[in-house]
Amino acid sequence: MKYSLASLFAGLLFGFGLIVSGMANPEKVLGFLDIAGLWDPSLAFVMGGAILVGVFAFALARKRTLSFLGFEMKLPTNNRIEKRLVIGSLMFGIGWGIAGFCPGPGLVALGAGEFKAVVFVGSMVAGMILFEAIERKKAASAA
Amino acid sequence: MIDIAWSQFTPGTALAGGILIGLAAASFLLLNGRIAGISGILGGLLTPTKHDIIWRVAFLAGLIGAPAIWMLMAELPPIEINAGYPALIIAGLLVGIGTRYASGCTSGHGVCGLSRLSLRSLVATLSFMAAGFVSVFVIRHLIGA
Repeated sequence: MKYSLASLFAGLLFGFGLIVSGMANPEKVLGFLDIAGLWDPSLAFVMGGAILVGVFAFALARKRTLSFLGFEMKLPTNNRIEKRLVIGSLMFGIGWGIAGFCPGPGLVALGAGEFKAVVFVGSMVAGMILFEAIERKKAASAA
Repeated sequence: MIDIAWSQFTPGTALAGGILIGLAAASFLLLNGRIAGISGILGGLLTPTKHDIIWRVAFLAGLIGAPAIWMLMAELPPIEINAGYPALIIAGLLVGIGTRYASGCTSGHGVCGLSRLSLRSLVATLSFMAAGFVSVFVIRHLIGA
């Protein structure tokens, strides 16, 4: 219960952050990605502001074995730089540049009732389902 | 060489919104002990395990519900989606497959990964940023769409 309430709170705060920063607007994100046109550096300030807070949070988290609500700290342990990390990120980046949506802003725009965001999120979930299917097939043929 | 779009540049609200995003990631981390990676939270719902569903749905409900709650207090800033439907479908598929393949997106690798000084996340972030720049360059300046 506590865990889910904290999740709801974090999700809501994340959504407000995307709205305030202007990042729920794909046109603004594309203004950042278009360095050859008129460049809008705003996205760099969003990342900067978030990381400024995040650095302190992770420094604090690293010293703890339990969270403030008493849950196990689940920090990533994988630090390998593999092909799938780079290829996946490149695919994501191409898609990001096509529509100006990454997952968070897509979901916020969907919540704002934008039909085009419903189409984007639906396709994104389809892509994730496809990924799971490919992974399962790979695991089955490896076994 | 780079022309800044001064009329669109909003450093104040960008920084303020960024700090809110940082606080969201910080509270998720310090309260629940987890990384606020949106593609992972959503993707994990596709292979659900018993105690793993409700908190994922709760996080996503907060994210999706944010505009409605915002509108109780203030007007929602504009959301301009100029991509056509075929482009949105291709973009969605690429973002869905790519973020799962790379185990993270702008939130998990970009915000959280860089905050914990992860080299792996830096490589991911530089890769998707570079691909995003190239993608927009090709679409806007080579194809001219």
